[in-house]
Amino acid sequence: MTAIKRFIYKENVAGVIFALPFIIGFLAFLVVPMGMSLYYSFTRFNILRPPEWIGLENYTRMLTDERLRESLFATLYFVFAAVPLRLVVALAIAILLFKSTKMMGIYRAMYYLPSMLGGSVAVAILWRRLFFSTGTFNTILGVFGLNRNFNWIGDTRTAIWVLILLSAWQFGSAMLIFLASLKQIPETYYEAASIDGASSARRFFKITLPLITPTIFFNLMMQTIAGFLTFNSAFLITGGGPLNTTNFFALYMYNHTFAWGNAGYSSALAWFMLSVLALITGLLFGTRRFWVYDGGFS
Amino acid sequence: MVTRHNKIWSVVKHAIVLGFGFIMVYPLLWMLMSSFEVSDQIFHRAGLVPSQWDFTNYPTGWAGIGRWTFTRFFGNSFAYALVSTFGAVLSSSVIAYSFSRGNYPGRKILFAIMLGTLLLPGQVLMVPQYLWFHSLGWVGTYLPLVVPAFFGGAFFIFLMTNFMNAIPRELDESAKIDGCSFYGIYAKIIIPLSVPSLVTAGLFSFIWRWDDFMGPLLYVQGNPRLFPVTLALRVFADPTTVTDWGAFFAMSVLSLVPAVLIFIFFQRYLVEGISTTGLKG
Repeated sequence: MTAIKRFIYKENVAGVIFALPFIIGFLAFLVVPMGMSLYYSFTRFNILRPPEWIGLENYTRMLTDERLRESLFATLYFVFAAVPLRLVVALAIAILLFKSTKMMGIYRAMYYLPSMLGGSVAVAILWRRLFFSTGTFNTILGVFGLNRNFNWIGDTRTAIWVLILLSAWQFGSAMLIFLASLKQIPETYYEAASIDGASSARRFFKITLPLITPTIFFNLMMQTIAGFLTFNSAFLITGGGPLNTTNFFALYMYNHTFAWGNAGYSSALAWFMLSVLALITGLLFGTRRFWVYDGGFS
Repeated sequence: MVTRHNKIWSVVKHAIVLGFGFIMVYPLLWMLMSSFEVSDQIFHRAGLVPSQWDFTNYPTGWAGIGRWTFTRFFGNSFAYALVSTFGAVLSSSVIAYSFSRGNYPGRKILFAIMLGTLLLPGQVLMVPQYLWFHSLGWVGTYLPLVVPAFFGGAFFIFLMTNFMNAIPRELDESAKIDGCSFYGIYAKIIIPLSVPSLVTAGLFSFIWRWDDFMGPLLYVQGNPRLFPVTLALRVFADPTTVTDWGAFFAMSVLSLVPAVLIFIFFQRYLVEGISTTGLKG
């Protein structure tokens, strides 16, 4: 008994014991399911009956899958519109806010609240109803004499923009990250530049912007990954329609698994998505040295 | 001249920030006010003030769906959020302590793996994990949502490891001299000093679980008795049937109350958490 006690009290052993939850969780809830899904991706499988080996068929099927092509297009369209929009607004508001001290609490609350509540089911369904043909958005347009009872969610050109708007609306957490990084820039830099006669635009482009590029990079990466896997809004607001224009990748994967009984194919899709994300993350990291300033504040 | 120019700019700036901020919160205010409006008038109103005040939306909505009232759905949401948050905070603090103070071989590799899982979004794991839990027979229960929480969350581990790394090691050393073991240092020194990071992690965990829609959708969709508020709201507003929008907005407003309360009373922790780790809020 004392031998065991002495063993678990050894510092190295104790350290590993504390890491055990992570090791077990990593194996049980990540490695095992990923491994299983790799196997399933080579099978025909509908969850109810045992899987049947079909080799690479799921992967070759992707090449000719028209809906997958549409889904990828919709996802990329969404990411390329929503992420930059969100970041630009977040940065603009952060710059406007970061010097006002007295009203800071109220401002921060106003801008952060949508971020905090915007991901909820309540707000998604609210959004669906707001942009419906008899919805509030049209009523507001009517105040300006513009109401045409247009169904913004039912039109192939506008449906995705309803989702982009919902996503851009939630720029609050990106804004807070920008605010924190703006505050770290030493005041003396600006003073020195002012003495040298630099205009405020010049101070922004020569001091502020370069020094926050690491934060922009960080935000860009996190938001891009999250954007690629948008599910709730498409599921709840548009259901992927009209004509697959908002059939985002995560939704497409969900439908193959749960609505159409193609868990084998959707496992292959999950691995495909993982590769796409790895590629994009890698590319983003590759561009880092061209525009991200890593020199710190010294 | 310069100061006057600055003053005008300052007023303009505040006006822009306030005006734009008002547009930002307008949809939320509109929903709040609509929960007091007679249902069939809601979508004819662009402004905030209801044309006819109606307080019956709340009791009507609370009556719920079928046999179950919102008492059940809110209870489910609270139980799910509290239990998984407890698990996530406890296990993450244990793991973070191991990463911060452990000295065993392989610690750095484990930490790097943990950082890697930070970038791995849950939706990629959606299908693989579902199939795994299905084969374990856990589908139809909260086990797939709650059990993994007891094995740490990467964001929380990251947050707490950073926090613990900032606690001076001299404290550990002196405790060790006084005869404290590795376990004792965790319980008596590190945990009491890490409380702010535990609170931050706990608040985020609670909000995320409270808002979680995809998880319950995958695992408890078949059984209304187990619905959290998020699933109940979705069924309530099913587009294939007629929805009582006043009642729906009333329940929506209530579903947002916990997050708003956390925001009001713990804003400092949330802001701190987001700005130091980049946690998504």
